[in-house]
Amino acid sequence: MEKKLSEFFVGQTGVIKSVGGEGKIRRRLFDMGVTPGAIVYLRKVAPLGDPVEVTLRGYELTLRKSEAEAVIAEVK
Amino acid sequence: MKKFALAGNPNCGKTTLFNNLTGSTAHVGNWPGVTVDKKEGIYKKCAEPIFIVDLPGIYSLSPYSPEEVISRNFILDEKPDCVINIVDATNPERNLYLTTQLMEIDVPLVIALNMIDEVEKNGDKIDAAALEKKIGVPVVPISALKGKGLDELMKRAYDFSKLPRKGVTVLEDADVMPLINKCKGAFENAGVENALFHAVKMAESDEREVAAHPDVAKVIEESRITFNDKVFGNDFEAIIADSRYKYISQNYSHVLTKKKASSDRQLTKSDKADKVLTNRIFGIPIFLVLLFLIFHLTFSEDLLYLGAGGVFDKEEPIVVYDANGNVIEDVEDGGIYYDADGNEVVAVFENGEPAALEIVPYAYDKEGNPVKAFFDADGNELAVLTDEKGELVDLYDGAGRKYEQFYNKDGYKVQLVLNEDGEFEDVMFASAIDEFCSEVTVNTFFGYEESVFTPGIVLFNTMDTFTGFLSACMTQVLSGAAPWVSGLVVDGILAGLFSVLSFLPQILLLFLFFSILEDSGYMARVAFILDRIFRRFGLSGRAFMPMIMGFGCSIPAMINTRTLADEKERTATIRVIPFFSCSAKLPILTAIAGGIVQMFGVGNADLITYGMYLLGVAVAIVCVILMRATTMKGEVPPFIMELPAYHMPQFKSLMLHLWDKAKHFVKKAFTIILASTIFIWFVSHFGWNWQFLEDEQINGSILAGIGGLIQPLFTPLGFGSQLGANGWVFVVAAVTGLIAKENVIATFGTLGACLAGAVIDVEADGGVAAVAAMISGTGINVAGLIAFIAFNMLTIPCFAAVATAKAELPGKKAFRSTLLFWIATSYVTACMVYLIGTWWWTVFIFIVVWALIIAGIVLGSQGKLNRKLFKEKRGK
Repeated sequence: MEKKLSEFFVGQTGVIKSVGGEGKIRRRLFDMGVTPGAIVYLRKVAPLGDPVEVTLRGYELTLRKSEAEAVIAEVK
Repeated sequence: MKKFALAGNPNCGKTTLFNNLTGSTAHVGNWPGVTVDKKEGIYKKCAEPIFIVDLPGIYSLSPYSPEEVISRNFILDEKPDCVINIVDATNPERNLYLTTQLMEIDVPLVIALNMIDEVEKNGDKIDAAALEKKIGVPVVPISALKGKGLDELMKRAYDFSKLPRKGVTVLEDADVMPLINKCKGAFENAGVENALFHAVKMAESDEREVAAHPDVAKVIEESRITFNDKVFGNDFEAIIADSRYKYISQNYSHVLTKKKASSDRQLTKSDKADKVLTNRIFGIPIFLVLLFLIFHLTFSEDLLYLGAGGVFDKEEPIVVYDANGNVIEDVEDGGIYYDADGNEVVAVFENGEPAALEIVPYAYDKEGNPVKAFFDADGNELAVLTDEKGELVDLYDGAGRKYEQFYNKDGYKVQLVLNEDGEFEDVMFASAIDEFCSEVTVNTFFGYEESVFTPGIVLFNTMDTFTGFLSACMTQVLSGAAPWVSGLVVDGILAGLFSVLSFLPQILLLFLFFSILEDSGYMARVAFILDRIFRRFGLSGRAFMPMIMGFGCSIPAMINTRTLADEKERTATIRVIPFFSCSAKLPILTAIAGGIVQMFGVGNADLITYGMYLLGVAVAIVCVILMRATTMKGEVPPFIMELPAYHMPQFKSLMLHLWDKAKHFVKKAFTIILASTIFIWFVSHFGWNWQFLEDEQINGSILAGIGGLIQPLFTPLGFGSQLGANGWVFVVAAVTGLIAKENVIATFGTLGACLAGAVIDVEADGGVAAVAAMISGTGINVAGLIAFIAFNMLTIPCFAAVATAKAELPGKKAFRSTLLFWIATSYVTACMVYLIGTWWWTVFIFIVVWALIIAGIVLGSQGKLNRKLFKEKRGK
């Protein structure tokens, strides 16, 4: 099943299918290793519900839900 | 001299390596992006000295963040002899992404595989030789922290720096390679250096490349039409990023052997700590408690509220002596005896038993004779401070001297505190002005008998006693000189410098605590926890720390804004930091609030103080929102940030950091702050006729003259022309506050004394009497006083903070507009406070005006959005 990374539940793992959005934010996501094929694991949601923390390529990355919305991943 | 550059991801140990190579004192933080400017140093252990440049930490060479642009331009334009790429071996996958980009530049490259000890500790293995073979550039395993492998790294880098290297790319197998080759050919024909690098960037539609070479950009756009990848279509940027990561995962799977399969998510120590610290329920409370502890330990006087009966109390038998040193058996309550050290003491009883001895607080005159009684000008002994009309009376000692000029046994200048009956209560330092040290007596660094000081206060008192001692020495030395000379040296230069330096220990302590949080990796989590709140104001969660530090002191707070990536966000944050009322402004709040309660009988001093704190925060929020919507406009900065693993802060690195901060601060104190202080002292101690004036004659000074001249400007704020001839005092107090905000109340003491014709001891009651004298002397109303507090809280901060802002802001223009911003904000807010306070119905006018302004800004930005949408539609 494919869905937006922002809709992942804590503890879910997925494989990134596509990264949308544009310009700076998209480029930043690529540079941080958020590229198609990468495996993401949603580790945690911040106490106030946003941003989220994911494990990806062996490190922890935090991003806002609005930024995670552009990332589509296949739930494993 | 050869020039090497250090490049690598943020938080990969680059600055540690730099410090180790050069012996420098650059700060290392466990926060992505601590190095904002590039740092330079020299490595001497090679065949020839090598100039080393520490570039800011970057994840990529894309053109979007200032760090990336600095690093990229440095490598391309300054042409270092070798680039040392530091790769965090515990996280090679993402770190090597930058390596694949650096490889494309025609520059000798050496990879330093850092934190190799960590990898081995985890039981994993990394095959540096295999990696070197695969990548084709030297790979040297090192541990920057432990200093392992550094000499070999530098030796290999030195050897390789002699061999020119042509850029290679890992994109050879990618579908875009023919296109890149085409661009490369075009660049080579045009004689552009680093053709490969530029060609790849061009294929990524890099803003800078497209702008610099529009003709080559056309080639890309033309081929985009026909290009079609199975997955990405014609999205070159995605194809290139994907190819890089594919290359890395293919090659690095051979070189790294993990002991455990990465799929079973074993909890490391860092994970466990994180589970608690960013817990959904406890995360925020834990943060608040930590914050409270930091401020408490730095600024509070009473350690953990141990107070009376604290654990540090000593139980000592009470023994008293007579003048000849014989022990007295029948001790009486209130009796005066001598203690073992020969001090005259009063026995204080509790429950019918002697409980404590209090030193009889005699003061001494210059010759060391105790002064025990006070007399008014006619020689009558004084029992009360006020006469029957309730007016203050000057106090004189038996020799006809005014009461404030005394010394204690050790020769320090002291002031006396009298109780309601006009009897001695205590002796105090004249130099100690603010509330922290108002009750410090000699030899009490660590607390009074009944309370325990916090580390911050201990440091503060130590520093204050030391500076007080220096001032006293200087007074002695200059006792024969002209009054203006000793005035300039003691009251102008020394007092000004010391008032700034006396806060240094507390600033450093605050810095130490925040550095520990930063180095441990917790600060990045704070941003994670709080981002949600700050996004509403157009800021990111990172802006929180500097703002909250502002409650302690604006200086470390402004320096801390370096962690903000977005320049506009940073400028906006620096501007509002002074609105978070710092500890030096607290005496202004408490003194005036006390004065209001005493003279007008309205309100509650604590409530007024808290209210003013809230006003500061509210103004800060409004200003941030307005700035982010207008002059400091920008998208909400993205919050895509690495959360580094927690680790124990390094003692050495913490100390290096503190040393660095102390050095900067002291340097500032002796330059810009010193100059400003001397200027203010000069205009407040000289009249227009160049005659030197004593403190008490400040009303004849140039400053008073200027104050009177600009006084009408402050009429809308409630402390201008309506106060009549004496109205200038508030203006002058505000000006002296520029040296240090504590000066406002000190000036109140001097000015209040001029107005009331009596000496006022600002330390005895925190300045309440001084405020009271100013209220009765000028007839200012409550609204005017509150407006005055608001003005002082929001206007240009002290010189030390101004100097910091100048250093941290991006340019002269930004600095000038920031000064203007502070003046305008304080003026407008104080005016609103005064008008609403005087005529409450004006609040409606302000509501309407603000509603219009906000509506205008919102509609304005929406209009822009609509136009943009319209254009896009038409474009399609």
